[in-house]
Amino acid sequence: MDMICINCPKGCHLSIEKDGDGWNIQGYACERGKAYALSEMTDPRRTLTSTVKIKDGTITRCPVKTSAPIPKDMVRDAAKSLDSVTVIAPVKVGDVIVANVLGTGSDIIATRNIAKA
Amino acid sequence: MRDLIVIGAGPAGLAAAEEASRNGLKDILLIERDDYLGGILNQCIHNGFGLHHFKEELTGPEYASRFIDQLEGTGINVMTGCMVIDIDEDRTVTYVSKEHGLVSEQAKAIILSMGCRERTRGAIGIPGTRPAGVLTAGAAQRYVNIDGFMVGKRVVILGSGDIGLIMARRLTLEGAEVLACVEVMPYSSGLQRNISQCLNDFGIPLYLSHTVTEIRGENRVEQVVVQEVGPDRKPVPGTEMVYDCDTLLLSVGLIPENELTREAGIKIDPRTKGAVVSDDMQTSLDGVFACGNVLQVHDLVDNVTAESLRAGKAAAEYVLSGKKRGEVHSVVTKGAATYAVPQKIRCDAEGNVTMSFRVNRTIRKGTISLSGKDKTFISIKRSDMTPGEMQQLIVPMKLVGNIEPQEFVLDVEEVTE
Ligand SMILES: Cc1cc2nc3c(=O)[nH]c(=O)nc-3n(C[C@H](O)[C@H](O)[C@H](O)COP(=O)(O)OP(=O)(O)OC[C@H]3O[C@@H](n4cnc5c(N)ncnc54)[C@H](O)[C@@H]3O)c2cc1C
Ligand code: SF4
Repeated sequence: MDMICINCPKGCHLSIEKDGDGWNIQGYACERGKAYALSEMTDPRRTLTSTVKIKDGTITRCPVKTSAPIPKDMVRDAAKSLDSVTVIAPVKVGDVIVANVLGTGSDIIATRNIAKA
Repeated sequence: MRDLIVIGAGPAGLAAAEEASRNGLKDILLIERDDYLGGILNQCIHNGFGLHHFKEELTGPEYASRFIDQLEGTGINVMTGCMVIDIDEDRTVTYVSKEHGLVSEQAKAIILSMGCRERTRGAIGIPGTRPAGVLTAGAAQRYVNIDGFMVGKRVVILGSGDIGLIMARRLTLEGAEVLACVEVMPYSSGLQRNISQCLNDFGIPLYLSHTVTEIRGENRVEQVVVQEVGPDRKPVPGTEMVYDCDTLLLSVGLIPENELTREAGIKIDPRTKGAVVSDDMQTSLDGVFACGNVLQVHDLVDNVTAESLRAGKAAAEYVLSGKKRGEVHSVVTKGAATYAVPQKIRCDAEGNVTMSFRVNRTIRKGTISLSGKDKTFISIKRSDMTPGEMQQLIVPMKLVGNIEPQEFVLDVEEVTE
């Protein structure tokens, strides 16, 4: 299978084939690419970035992300689950907004410092 | 008189101001027209920033906050909600703010870091009605990510620049249906990784060599017509596809915001639409420097930071040494290279000079070289160069040596086996 590595702007063209018990991986320029190809075949994951409502802050949306990549097929549901979340200012980069989102083991954390208005 | 005035507090202005301070300038004023610092990064909430500079993957706001946090303790004077409206040849900067009204101040040096803005529909001219629901991808990004408004339910994206690709994913995750991404060129100007993770992950089709030929709708967009284009980029009759949609996003490119620069009489490069600079980031006007998207449109904020650190350091050196720029070599391009920044290299430059350029087509295997009148200084091989990605060539000045001012040629050639 052919794919583009999404781990850095270089965007290496990777290919991966089953090879006996292991995998034959080609095209990566660094180890992260090799690990990516393997995880795409066995357990594809993505980082989710989105926003949640914030009250009493200098702005009205607080940007957030998952603290670690979550299973790719849970990204849409995780995004949807944030619709009903509201936080109260102040928040700091790294503050946990939702712990263990949908049981993935990843937290939803704030990515911007937002002071109280 | 101020040591330095920095105009615009996006990643470029922040890094340049901080580096000038680290290099010994005391009285620095950083002016930002928005109410907050960080520039466009605040709306780029996705990850993928900082791999080079911080060796970790950050989101836009996280990247900006690293620099905003570093401001503390530097003594840099920051003014937000304050817009520069004029720069004079004697480096007098005029700005307006609610707090201070209209103020003019002279500075020993100025750094231009005003960023860029998006091309709008008028700039490319699509026939049809003029209903609501046509907006740039960057405006949509701001509405959704900063203000929390949804822009539409059924969306077509014209142009495959990175902002458009990122918005395709963002709007999908917010519940909209993104029907197609349409690109007039036979290649995408966006990064491959964004085509993969923003379109392919969500099954959004990318139509290369296609364009929107008509917008239909009374008050709001109701339909757009997409057509294939031939090699001459003219629509091919009979290839029409009609999409029912309420929103058309335009991701058709960025233009450096150089009204101030032009009015100050600073020389502009017609190819980059940014100032002509020497390798110390100094423009044609002594003591005025430029960096970031106002100089050339960057795809990676890490490159913006690197360039801005150079500008900050050079501005500090200029003010502290009082030394004017001496003679320069000029750089012209050849082959597939469409432009080169810097356009001038100081004859007495030391260390490494970073040349940035773009290519006009995809080059699987190529060579990049820089030559003078009777010598090639450097020639390297590089594979997989695409028009969407800025290329860089590091030129050690010791390879150039001490030679009389002359024309250098940056040449990018395709190698066919
Ligand atoms: C809509 C949009 C989305 C982008 N998305 C991405 C992305 O997803 N990933 C990526 O790597 N890059 C992205 N970019 C490119 C990104 O802009 C650069 O990587 C980087 O942010 C450029 O930094 P800068 O400081 O040069 O410009 P900016 O971040 O644009 O900062 C310029 C600042 O100058 C201020 N300013 C302008 N004129 C004046 C004036 N007259 N007086 C006072 N202040 C002024 C502006 O308000 C702004 O804050 C995007 C660009 C745009 C326009
Ligand atoms: S393989 Fe390594 S160098 Fe290539 S895109 Fe992936 S992370 Fe980047």
